[in-house]
Amino acid sequence: MGKTFSKPEVMSDNMTHYCPGCTHGIVHRLVAEAIDDLGIRERTVGIAPVGCAVLAYNYFNCDFQEAAHGRAPAMATGIKRVRPDLIVFTYQGDGDLASIGMGEIIHAANRGEKFTSIFINNAIYGMTGGQMAPTTMPGQRATTAPTGRDTDQTGMPIRMANLLKELVTPGYVTRQAVLNPKQINRTKKAIKKAFEYQVEGKCFSFVEVISTCPTNWGLTPLDSLKWAQDTLLPYYELGDYKVPE
Amino acid sequence: MAKVLMKGNEAIGEAAIRAGCKNYFAYPITPQSEVAEYLAKRMPEVDGVFLQGESEVAVGYMIFGAAGAGERVMTTSSSPGISLMSEAISYIAAAQVPAVFVNIMRGGPGLGGILPSQGDYFQATKGGGHGDYRLLVFAPDGVQEAVEMTMKAFTLAEKYRGPVMILGDGLIGQMMEPVEFPDDLKTEPSNKDAWATNGMSTRKSDKRNLVRSLFLDPTELNNNNLALKAKYEQMKKEEVLYEGYNTDTDYSVLIASYGTMSRVCKTAIDMMKEEGIEVGLLRPKTLFPFPEEAIFTAATKESCKAVISIEMSMGQMVEDVERCVKGQRKVDFYGECGGDIPTPERIIEIIKGLL
Repeated sequence: MGKTFSKPEVMSDNMTHYCPGCTHGIVHRLVAEAIDDLGIRERTVGIAPVGCAVLAYNYFNCDFQEAAHGRAPAMATGIKRVRPDLIVFTYQGDGDLASIGMGEIIHAANRGEKFTSIFINNAIYGMTGGQMAPTTMPGQRATTAPTGRDTDQTGMPIRMANLLKELVTPGYVTRQAVLNPKQINRTKKAIKKAFEYQVEGKCFSFVEVISTCPTNWGLTPLDSLKWAQDTLLPYYELGDYKVPE
Repeated sequence: MAKVLMKGNEAIGEAAIRAGCKNYFAYPITPQSEVAEYLAKRMPEVDGVFLQGESEVAVGYMIFGAAGAGERVMTTSSSPGISLMSEAISYIAAAQVPAVFVNIMRGGPGLGGILPSQGDYFQATKGGGHGDYRLLVFAPDGVQEAVEMTMKAFTLAEKYRGPVMILGDGLIGQMMEPVEFPDDLKTEPSNKDAWATNGMSTRKSDKRNLVRSLFLDPTELNNNNLALKAKYEQMKKEEVLYEGYNTDTDYSVLIASYGTMSRVCKTAIDMMKEEGIEVGLLRPKTLFPFPEEAIFTAATKESCKAVISIEMSMGQMVEDVERCVKGQRKVDFYGECGGDIPTPERIIEIIKGLL
């Protein structure tokens, strides 16, 4: 019997530093599978964010650059403009992309930069210890919102996919989740499609992935999946928001 | 090659192209927007990249990304814009990738004004961004030097694998002067396959490259800072540039001045010479590394009774001059920084006050 399962070539052998039950590992794997499937590892450059995935380059065996907080789309722009033959992707969390890096992502998307952004939305700051993110749900507790997010003071959670959809520039914008195997399979397809659009030189591609943070949510991994399903998905609706013609 | 009449900002843009820089990212700001306007037209002619970023913050990282990918890249800005880029400059220094920044200074602090200034000396030579890094800083005194230094900046950015800055006051960018371009720079960064994220297939390697500035292990971070320090020490040995003017006379006063200000000082020196007063000028052409020994030697010449730093600032380079004179002479300062450039007559008045 032949080999039925193996690690993607672009994944390294390193143990990840992610917490038990965190979904970063799943999304890393899906990105790696897309890179392997398309045979683009040797011309791919990843951009690591600041946040839990700051060390993402330890888990991928391809060229990597590490950006400052929120600046990954600007850095990706720099690389892609001077080397359009390279495949460039950013991997960013919600503090990084939707808060401090809002300007960079909007403008990169609006210029139609031909790179791919993977956006992990788990409604909280992970690395710094559970502070409120722009994506934190109303009433959701965070270390900087100890009684729960007060939307009178902080506004409503930002829906990045919805926001980017409104840009007139063509692009691929989708929101997926990794809370169950069916969603994971859909996310896998979306991520692969996002990279395919880049390989074709077609458009900017953006995959928002609803994820979990058991540690900072104060929930077990299983309860986290359920909470995300029940609380996040009704507000962050899944699906393709924009598809290029 | 024949001389051409060019505005400083445009000449800097052309110099970049002749240095083989085909990648330029920038954000408009007075008084240097002509560089962007010139290169918006010129880059497509050489199949180069021109992109107007959404902010100086973003431009800093476009530069970082392109430099990390191993391509020759430049941006230009002016004081408030350089403040915003300083975040990226710190990262670029830490990650050790070559990039050229041009600061055509305007008055500050805050929005300040749009007229020439030398108020960013501290920012350029003592930090700007966070952490232990230095910038190699060139200070041209006119359009010709701006061109030569811009071209040389790429060579040195690649030699030291780090950020290099051209620091010119607004007049350097705005004035027109005849300029002769040196021969085109034809070299390529020699060792970029060892560090650039230019794609494993491009460099035919099975080893990936990583461009980063995060070193969580204290020993690793210390080692990275030691590697940076070693470069700065090498710069101090190999890259110091300065000019002496009227320093072969028995001058009684030594002026330290750079950029546009030094040219006004030269006029004042010539005028005083006619009156029989000898004044010397030591003009740093690199602000880091600073011409420490040259300043000390010129200041401690027997005939020299006083030293004065004359700047279009409220007194910044004077601190380095004082440091280099080591208490052997009194060091005075004169400066204006509203945007008016002190006249030769005003400088003569100040110098005579020292005699």
